[in-house]
This record gives sequence, structure tokens and C-alpha cells, in this order.
Amino acid sequence: MDNIAGTKARLTWAVHISVGLLVALWLFPTVGLFVSSFRTADQIATSGWWASMFPAEQSEVYRTADPDDARAPDGDMYVVSGNIFEVAGEEPRIIRAWGVSSRDVAAFDLGETADMGEGETLTLEAGGDYVWRGTDDQISGRGQRVFATVTAPPEFTLGNYGQVLFSGDATDSMAKAFFNTMTVTIPATIIPIVIAAFAAYALAWMDFPGRALLIAAVVGLLVVPLQLALIPLLQLHNNIGIGKGYLGVWLAHTGFGLPLAVYLLRNYMVGLPRDIIENAKVDGATDFQIFTKIILPLSFPALASFAIFQFLWTWNDLLVARVFLIDATGETTVMTNQIVELLGTRGGNWEILATAAFVSIAVPLVVFFAMQRYLVRGLLAGSVK
Amino acid sequence: MNPAIQGLITIVIGVGGCIGYFYFSNQLLDRVIFPARGKNAGRNINRANQVRPWLFLFPAMFALGLYLAYPVVETLRLSLTDRTQGGAFVGFANYQQMMSEPKFWEAMRNNMLWLIVVPAVSTAFGLLVAQLTDRISWGNLAKSLIFMPMAISFVGASVIFKLIYEARASDQPQIGVLNAIWLQLDGGFGALLLLKIIPVIVLLGFAAIVAYVAWIFVKPLWTQGHDRSVWLLPLRLLVAAGGLWLIWLSIASIIDTLTFAPTYGEPQQWLTIPFWNNFFLMAVLIWIQTGFAMVILSAALRGIPEETVEAAIVDGANPFQVFFKIKVPQIMPTIVVVWTTITLVVLKIFDIVFAMTNGQWGTQVLANYMFNQLFVANDWGVGSASAIVIMILVSPILIWNVYNARKEMR
Repeated sequence: MDNIAGTKARLTWAVHISVGLLVALWLFPTVGLFVSSFRTADQIATSGWWASMFPAEQSEVYRTADPDDARAPDGDMYVVSGNIFEVAGEEPRIIRAWGVSSRDVAAFDLGETADMGEGETLTLEAGGDYVWRGTDDQISGRGQRVFATVTAPPEFTLGNYGQVLFSGDATDSMAKAFFNTMTVTIPATIIPIVIAAFAAYALAWMDFPGRALLIAAVVGLLVVPLQLALIPLLQLHNNIGIGKGYLGVWLAHTGFGLPLAVYLLRNYMVGLPRDIIENAKVDGATDFQIFTKIILPLSFPALASFAIFQFLWTWNDLLVARVFLIDATGETTVMTNQIVELLGTRGGNWEILATAAFVSIAVPLVVFFAMQRYLVRGLLAGSVK
Repeated sequence: MNPAIQGLITIVIGVGGCIGYFYFSNQLLDRVIFPARGKNAGRNINRANQVRPWLFLFPAMFALGLYLAYPVVETLRLSLTDRTQGGAFVGFANYQQMMSEPKFWEAMRNNMLWLIVVPAVSTAFGLLVAQLTDRISWGNLAKSLIFMPMAISFVGASVIFKLIYEARASDQPQIGVLNAIWLQLDGGFGALLLLKIIPVIVLLGFAAIVAYVAWIFVKPLWTQGHDRSVWLLPLRLLVAAGGLWLIWLSIASIIDTLTFAPTYGEPQQWLTIPFWNNFFLMAVLIWIQTGFAMVILSAALRGIPEETVEAAIVDGANPFQVFFKIKVPQIMPTIVVVWTTITLVVLKIFDIVFAMTNGQWGTQVLANYMFNQLFVANDWGVGSASAIVIMILVSPILIWNVYNARKEMR
């Protein structure tokens, strides 16, 4: 629509800026979590994560080498020279300003000479090289203190991920919860697809009395809140001996995912060309063959759409897992539940919380970006028109 | 047994069982029960074809019936009985008890608040982004990034926003963005803009939109030539009354905003500020749902015939007129779909409240209230009653969807 006469070109920059602002606003929260997961507890407690992206200025105290070891005669004076970072055993850092007294820690620029009275001087060059000159009396005892304002480059660590994934620490560990979530998610994604595909084929391409009514029923069940199912089904599971466990949660996710699966797949299959199916029938194919050899391969986009939905939904679910899976032992906890518990026990430890949360959202994000096309297609087909 | 192996076995048994069921039941039907041989061959083929759909449908129907239809009935029954009296029928006693609890009314009020704010704001933002990204070269990238929160769990999003709302004592550096910004405000122009001017503009805009919608509904009452069917009259009056209430609420809030004198320099515990903390929770859902609204509305905007837009431009319409008078009316059905879909999500909202406040400080919502009744207070009667309330709130949308689906199939 760019080339329509009358579109005002001078509005375009405003559009670019507003979209940029909106995108920044929407990304900002996630980036905050991501950056925080790479910072140590100290860093998180002392500055906002947005500050960590830039070099931080901090005041440090250094000392020159001890005169007893390092002083050298220079005429009737003595000189100690060297590098303050070497003395401290540090990597060289960038010095903004420095001083020799705690009352004014940024009194001098680099290359200037501090006059400390009675002829005693100290010169600090860029890179930390110093020359300290004075009389026998002055250049003695311990090394001279040097206050420097240095900038530290942004510093990040993988330690939080080590703690959360590999430490085996009972409260922090996400490793077990990660595998539990996988164990819940994969069967709960695959099984409803198989069941729904057959039903969708029957609803789309077979003629039988009551078909329209069944489709309407599926549309109706699409919006039934699963809150209603909690108690009756928990009772049922207890009565038939499944209790709380993986089998129960797989069955529950299968049941709750089916209406959307049937609805999506049926809408897609109805749109497949009638000729192919009728030709196959004329050639003597049975319904079972038509379904497995023609319909299923052609419906791949719809199957993929639903698979992504169901995967995201089961991976991110908290309620169903809490009700049908997690028992008093907590052996079968899933990641969402683990994070909620961490919010309770580790409320202030943002390095653990942020890392745990990021571990749990990393997989859905990868799936999301890899298969976004199918997700969008499914959304467009799935919202009831 | 290791759950991973158990899971693997379940996949094999589940998938293999399903496929085996479909294959063998078809074989059984065709070879044994109604074989296509002998003198009855033709009749048998017809019979087999009458039975076959039910073979294909049976597992799905069974699961749907057991996991979704039966619980509705059973929950209704539970809500009318008392578990401590051995499941005796108690009529509406559970509902009465629920109605007498202030927490329930708090949850109802908050749910209504969520129902108004979240769908409206998400749809508005979604429409805005869809329209803006439509014209620019990196629009797809921008859409993809705004869509991203859809993949993040409600719990993950709660952690993300808790970090934003985090508050530290005033002598420590603030690590929550919101408090860091708050402490920058000192009553100068920035504070005036953020705390007075922008909220007043937003509230005025909201009141104007409500007034406009209400006007559209009410106008036909005294204009000639419109459909004046009787059953629409209560609906029109209802919308008018609701609109007036919302406008009054907005004006009251504007006065509140203008007279409110904040104390600067103190970090705020955002999630404990009464009433307003609901909005901080809603922000999480809005952040997630905007992407959904944007994707659907963007597709709808692309589907608008170019000629209508071109004709409007030739007639001298400015970009705002093109948007509000040409584009929006044409995608109205899609806007309604987006609105109702987000409404459904809002009615069931549980995870965000559970993870962030667990209903404390006046943030209770129905689903979390229900969860508390069921699993903390262990009162199945009241819990089921509140589940039925959620069901009743959902049912207008259910009926509307079924009605539309039937209309479409004819």
C-alpha cells in the first residue's frame, strides 16, 4: 500500500519510530530476565540489569609496591616505580581519575603528579604505571595507597545455569523437572493427534446421520473451561486406580486438547479437493487406505499447527499438572510448578529465579521461532469465525 | 520404572493402540461382520459403510464425553450436594454460602475488571501494531517479536514481571525497572506527564469509545427505518446502562487522578497497592495476548479489498479516516472473534494470579478462588459452585459460537 497516491511519505518515519518503541517495550521484559540469568547474585543486588550492559564505574583502592622491597635510590631521593594493577595481581583496567587521599578519590587526571607535601610526589600514567618519589623517610613502611576510579567491562557468568541444571541441589534443581515436563509433554502431544485425525476425517468426509450435531458439539466443547473437569476427573482417576501420575495427566491433556484438534483438522480436511478422494474410491481404496495414504500426508500443515499448540499448552501448563500429576512426594514436579515453588522459597534470589524461568521458556521459544509459520496458520484457522 | 521409559512405552502403546484399533476394527467390519462376499455382498458393503464412521469417531467421542461433557454434569451435581454429609442433596446451600463470602464478590469484581480491560487493551494494541507494521519493510520481524510472548508460559511471564515490579528498601539500588523509573520522578514535568496527562488522555479516550459504542446501540431506538425487533430492546438498554456506568467510572477516575498527590522518592510495592495491583497483573496477560490479536487482525487487514481503500483516498480521506471508517468496519467480525477468544482466556485466568499474588491484597479471581476452595479449603461444594459460575459466564460465548458454526455449515 506504499505506492497509493495520497499516502503521506512524511508519516513513514513516525510509523518506524512507533513500531520500534512498541517492539522495544515488548522485548524489554524478556531481555531483562535473560540478562539477569547471566549475572551473579551480587551484581543483581547492586544494580539494575539495564546497567550491566554498559561498563560500570567503580572506585577501587590500590597500593604501590612496598618500599622495603622495591625502592631504588635516585640522587638523594628514593623512587618506587611499577604498575598498580601488577601489584594487585589484576588485569589492567581503564582509569578515569585517581587520588591519594580518601577525602578526594578523583583529585587527579592521568599523567598528573600529585604533590603530597614536603617534596613527596606520585605520578600515575594511563595503564597504571606509577612513579613515587620522596626522601628516605617518606619512602618507607608500606606502599602508598592509590584511589582509582576504574571502569569495569560488562561481566557475565554461566554459573547460574550450572547451579540450576547440574548442581543436583534439591531446591534449585530444574534438571529433574525438565525431564518430567518432557515426559508429560511428548505423549500428551502425540496421542490426541492420532485420535483426532481419525475423528476429523469421519466428520469431514463420511456421511452419517447426526454429523452436523456432532460438529456443533465439538465447537461447543471448545470453550468449556477445564476448571469444571478437575474434581470429577480426579475422583474418576482415583476410583479406577490411576490416582495422581503420568497416565492421568496424559489422559487429561488428551481429553482437553481434543476439541481444538478435531475442529482444526476437520476444517482443514474439508478443504481438500473432493476429486482426489472420489478417484481413490473409484479405484477401490478403502476409507482406511484413503485416510492413511491421502488425507494424512496432505493434512501435514494442520497436524503441525495443532502439534505446536498442544506442545506449548502442555509445556506451559500449571493447573492440570498440579491437579492430576504432582503428588505429596514432589517427585513428579514439572518446571512451571518448580518455578512457583521457587517464587515462594527463593523470592529474593533473582539469579536462581531468572535462570530457572529461562530454562523453562527456552524450549518453547525455540519451537516458536522454528515453526512460527504453522502456529500462525493454526491460529487463523482455529479462532472460531 | 523410569518415567522417561514409561513415557516412551505410553507413546508406543497409545499410538500403536490407536492405529491398531482403527486398522483391526475396519478389518473386522469388512471381513468378518459384513463381508463383501456371497449373495449379500452389496447390502453388506452399505451396512459396513454405515457403521464405519462410528468406528473412526468412537475414541474421540469417548474421550470428549468422559473428559469434557461428563464433568459439566458431575460438577453441577457436586455443586448441589455436600461432601461432608455423604453427598446429600442440599439445593442451593453451596451457592448461598459462596455468595455470603466477601472473597467471592472480590473475585467477581476483579474478573469483571479483567473482562473489560484485557480484551479491550489487547485488541486495541493488536490492531495498532497490525496496522503500523503493515506498511514497513521490517514489519514481519517486528510482528514476530511482539508475537513471541505467546510461547512463554503464564508462570514464566509472572517471573518476568515480578522482576519488573521488584521493590528494594529506599537506601538500596532498585533492581525493578518500575521503581527505578518511579524514583526518577520528583513532581516535575515527567511526573506530570506520566501520572496526570497520559492517564487522563487514556481515560478520556476510553470514555469516548464507550460513549460511541453505546450511541451506536441506542440510536436506532428513535430513528426510523431500522430493525426495531422487540428482543433487541433489552440488549440496547443493557448496553446503554453499562456504557453510562463505565463513563461515570472513567470520569470518577479522572477526578481521582487529578486530585491524587503521590509521595515521591519512596519505592512502591506495586503488587500490594489495593485495586491498582489488579492492573499490574493484567499487564502480564495483555503482554501475552497482544501478539495473538495482532496476528489475526493483521491477516484480516490484508484481506481488505484494495479498491475500497483507494476509493476512499481518491475521495480525499486522510489516513485516520481510512483506518477508522473504511478498514475497521470491514474487519469488525474478526475483531469480535479476537475479543471473544481473549475473553475466554481471561475467564479462565489462573496461573498469573496464583504465581504472583495468590489472590492476596484484593487480587482474587474466580479460577483461583475455585482452586483455593477445592484444594486448600477442601470444600468441593463451594468449589464446584464457583466452577459453575465460570461455566455460566462462558456459556453466552459457547452459544454464540455454536450458532455461528451451524449457520456457516448450512
